[in-house]
Amino acid sequence: MTKYFDYAATTPTDPRVVEEMLPYFTEHFGNPNSLYTIGRDAYKALEDARERIAALIGARPEELIFTSGGTESDNAAFISTLNRYAPDGGAHIITSAYEHHAILEVVEWLAKHDHELTIVKPRADGHVYADDIAKEMRPNTKVVSIIMANNEIGSINDIAAISHVAHEGGALLHTDAVQALGKIKVDVGELGVDMLSLSAHKIYGPRGIGALYLRRGTRFDPLIKGGGQESRRRSGTQNVVGAVGFAKALEIALDDLDAEAIRLSRMRDYLIDEVTSRLENTLATVESDPRLPNIAPLLIKGVEGEAMLLQLDNLGFSVSTGSACSSGSLEASHVLLSVGVPQEIAHGSLRLSLGRWSTQEDCEALVDALVPIVERLRAMSPVYEKMFGSEGYM
Amino acid sequence: MLYSDKVMDHFTNPRNVGILEDPDGVGEVGNPTCGDMMKITIDVADDKISDIKFQTLGCGAAIATSSMVTEMAKGMDIHDAVQISKKQVADELDGLPAPKMHCSVLATDGLKVAIDDYLVKQGREPIAGEIKSSDPTFDPHEDEDIELDDE
Ligand SMILES: Cc1ncc(COP(=O)(O)O)c(C=O)c1O
Ligand SMILES: [Zn+2]
Repeated sequence: MTKYFDYAATTPTDPRVVEEMLPYFTEHFGNPNSLYTIGRDAYKALEDARERIAALIGARPEELIFTSGGTESDNAAFISTLNRYAPDGGAHIITSAYEHHAILEVVEWLAKHDHELTIVKPRADGHVYADDIAKEMRPNTKVVSIIMANNEIGSINDIAAISHVAHEGGALLHTDAVQALGKIKVDVGELGVDMLSLSAHKIYGPRGIGALYLRRGTRFDPLIKGGGQESRRRSGTQNVVGAVGFAKALEIALDDLDAEAIRLSRMRDYLIDEVTSRLENTLATVESDPRLPNIAPLLIKGVEGEAMLLQLDNLGFSVSTGSACSSGSLEASHVLLSVGVPQEIAHGSLRLSLGRWSTQEDCEALVDALVPIVERLRAMSPVYEKMFGSEGYM
Repeated sequence: MLYSDKVMDHFTNPRNVGILEDPDGVGEVGNPTCGDMMKITIDVADDKISDIKFQTLGCGAAIATSSMVTEMAKGMDIHDAVQISKKQVADELDGLPAPKMHCSVLATDGLKVAIDDYLVKQGREPIAGEIKSSDPTFDPHEDEDIELDDE
């Protein structure tokens, strides 16, 4: 896995995880809800995975619901609770402007279905502040959801402080910890959250499995209805293979969390320093701590992100951008706009995200490849000289 | 969303990049919503485009369509070149993903503006008609007169 700089999008499944999963495709294939031996074996494996994951995030096993991933967990966190706490509408919900679409699309839908919505902006430093949430609390605020670590810019929020504010106002607190898991400590007790979304494929586990932590006593109407699996909170024959892989992936990630965070943050800082010093008119989108060790969010002025991405791909590097042209719509990334990056600068966004198989050598190769690409694209631009040249106005 | 090999070829090795010295016509257009910008310069002899160069700030589709339109227009009579549609450019590139059609409007519009600029400088009547992408309120999704290639 060389030259992959998009670990925040997804990760390769760790071979150790694959190995652990394999027997559950073939030998131990039983339905965990069947009473005979192979069913019971599958059930044991599923519950064992649940216990291991729960223990690693400071939860009780019965507080963990396996889902199809982060998206489903995010959907359920709002819809399943509001169906119980405010079945006839009229609840107020709060979230931030730089959540994942799995939250934003849901809250906008809820706002069209008789609930009230407040979207709080992160500040320009990239963080959502508990004070800003406190100002928006209303007597009918039922759910507050704030992302723990942002997937595009890496900013980490003080979820414990935000939980405190939500609870003082009588609301439930949910956090999307999909990007935080496996990179920084995630402990539901310390965070004080009622709900927390997780996904395996960002931590070298398989795609299509995730979990929702649901604090004991939280009322919950299943989003996916059917045979009543997962203690009637999520129907469908459980993904035992996925759960086994998820547990193994989390164990591996946490085993070496601190050392890996240091290794990754060194490379992140190298990328930011090297790109911004070798290329004029570039900057890090945000640099305010705390932030994820593995995301280097860059703004390369005067070039378009997709063009950079494709040129880098031609040389074997996989990266990501939040430019409008790359989105299929005409909108630049809502995350970049939410922290005050102007549309025309978001045009040149480049997100480099690091992971288990990233090396300093590859980072050096990436910068060496990027510099001439940016210079070439700028030389091709009809406005670069005008905007940024010696007589430029920016 | 996938680009054809031909798009990737024109994006990776764009033809006719640059600015002509003392050009006969200049066309500068921008797509204010997504931020793409384009400039075309042309030389004209006997109403034929004898030389053409472009500069583009934009995505893969914007660069590839700019490159393609310069190839198509070179040697063409200006009355024919002004008729080149974004659909024709997309077809020459073996198609463009639907969401990318909006980025391709710049290429044909830039050429139209350059041809009109030439004509007006000659004291003749412009022939291109209304150029949408020089209007800041232009919404490129509004008129999808082409069949979208949904990939
Ligand atoms: C912050 C965040 N939330 C949710 C998701 C969605 O997770 P999944 O792909 O497991 O549905 C992602 C990943 O795309 C993410 O980065
Ligand atoms: Zn574009």
